[in-house]
Amino acid sequence: MSPGQVQPEYRQRVLPPRVSTLWWLGKGTYFAFILRELSCVFVAWFVAYLLLLVRAVSQGDASYQEFLAWSATTPILLLNLVSFLFLIFHTVTFFDAAPRAMVMKVGRNRVPGRVVLAGHYAGWAAASAIVCWLLLGA
Amino acid sequence: MADRIKLQVARYRPEREAEATFDEYEVPCPKDWVVLDGLNHVKDRIDGTLAYRWSCRMGVCGSCGMMVNGEPKLTCATFLADYAPGPIRVEPLRNFPVVRDLIVDIGDFMRKLVTVRPWIVREEEKPLSAGEYLQTPEQMDDYKQYSMCINCMLCYAACPVYGLDPLFIGPAAIALAQRYNLDSRDEGAAERHRVLSEHEGIWGCTFVGECTRVCPKHVDPAGAIQRYKLTAAVETVKAFFMPRGA
Amino acid sequence: MVRQHSEPYLWLLFSAGGVLSAMLMPSLLLLFGIAFPLGWVRPPTHERMLAVLANPLTRLVFLGLCVLSLVHWAHRFRHTLHDGLRLAHPMITALCYGAAVAGSALAAYLLWQVA
Repeated sequence: MSPGQVQPEYRQRVLPPRVSTLWWLGKGTYFAFILRELSCVFVAWFVAYLLLLVRAVSQGDASYQEFLAWSATTPILLLNLVSFLFLIFHTVTFFDAAPRAMVMKVGRNRVPGRVVLAGHYAGWAAASAIVCWLLLGA
Repeated sequence: MADRIKLQVARYRPEREAEATFDEYEVPCPKDWVVLDGLNHVKDRIDGTLAYRWSCRMGVCGSCGMMVNGEPKLTCATFLADYAPGPIRVEPLRNFPVVRDLIVDIGDFMRKLVTVRPWIVREEEKPLSAGEYLQTPEQMDDYKQYSMCINCMLCYAACPVYGLDPLFIGPAAIALAQRYNLDSRDEGAAERHRVLSEHEGIWGCTFVGECTRVCPKHVDPAGAIQRYKLTAAVETVKAFFMPRGA
Repeated sequence: MVRQHSEPYLWLLFSAGGVLSAMLMPSLLLLFGIAFPLGWVRPPTHERMLAVLANPLTRLVFLGLCVLSLVHWAHRFRHTLHDGLRLAHPMITALCYGAAVAGSALAAYLLWQVA
């Protein structure tokens, strides 16, 4: 630049951050997060399955037996197997989050996180026991 | 064990390039050297034009956060030897605009931090003559974990929600808000609630949990956020049913 | 004054649905999805199913499970579409929660039909 020429004003050119839409494929922990979120699809599937069961029951014994037979077909069985795995994943991760959100104090002492966690699993065990007793008990 | 290691360092020189490039440097690798030592060696002996931030070099100032092999790290606390034989990729902190080389513009975080009023808010200040505010050890334990935040912003670099939606207030800002909400001396929870309960406040968070995983001071911002979600949701429901307060 | 929006309420319903589905679904799915079809355990008779579903408390819990689980799905799925595929649109929100409402209505109707 020759003397006397005015310097152009310096404009800071920052590089804008860019996030790929498929960011969750880039790291194991990100992928596990998406899988955890997608477990909700299997929750919804099981609601549909339960409603199909209720409808079959209300239509009579033949319908109910037909439903049970259908539930034993390979594609449905596989779907339910996968759903079960995702549901366990959902249960474990959801219960893990509970102590982080529910911070309680008894008097001046904080209830330890593992007590909150144990409470959730105790509830799960009790609920499972009741389900089994209702359906399988004498 | 190798006594030298290659660093692939991101460079961005806006006066001559429109995009970032990588320059490779070979630095010594004694077992007690951290990535920051490597960068200082580059700047001292190889390429003085390399630009980066650092200060305390002992993990308390929060200045030296960068991406090391794709993970947000404090470069003063990340040992070169752990990455042997290398090479090690060093990039500026993700999700922030890059000003030059490894330096990012942290203005967004600074502006967001102020909005949560990260200081003791009181309706009426006690005069100095009345003495100190007293606090039991249990009361300090209530917020102590969240007070360990050094504003290094590794959590923002790790948070995919912040990456996708720059309006999201972010993990550290919420954790710091909680540090004051849970402080027995503070009376500003209602004011902070106004900011935090916006769409881009706590409700933007989907509990990915990466922020807690990368935090070098074990602040657990994800836990702070979930806890505040419950508090805020309960407050919102209460306000709905009892608008003039209980 | 806080600008009112629905996220806090939806989050509470989502959380309740998450806990309820976590507590009840694994055992139900293990039985009706795996153990009965595979013949590990004998499935309940039709009379027993009718008796179980006739109980008002069971109906209430079952309806609650369906409704809250569907809201749980709607909320989480909508957020995942945004996080994972950058899809966010009022239509998507309407479809997700709308499906949950429709499913809930269907659940109530089917339960009522059992009587």
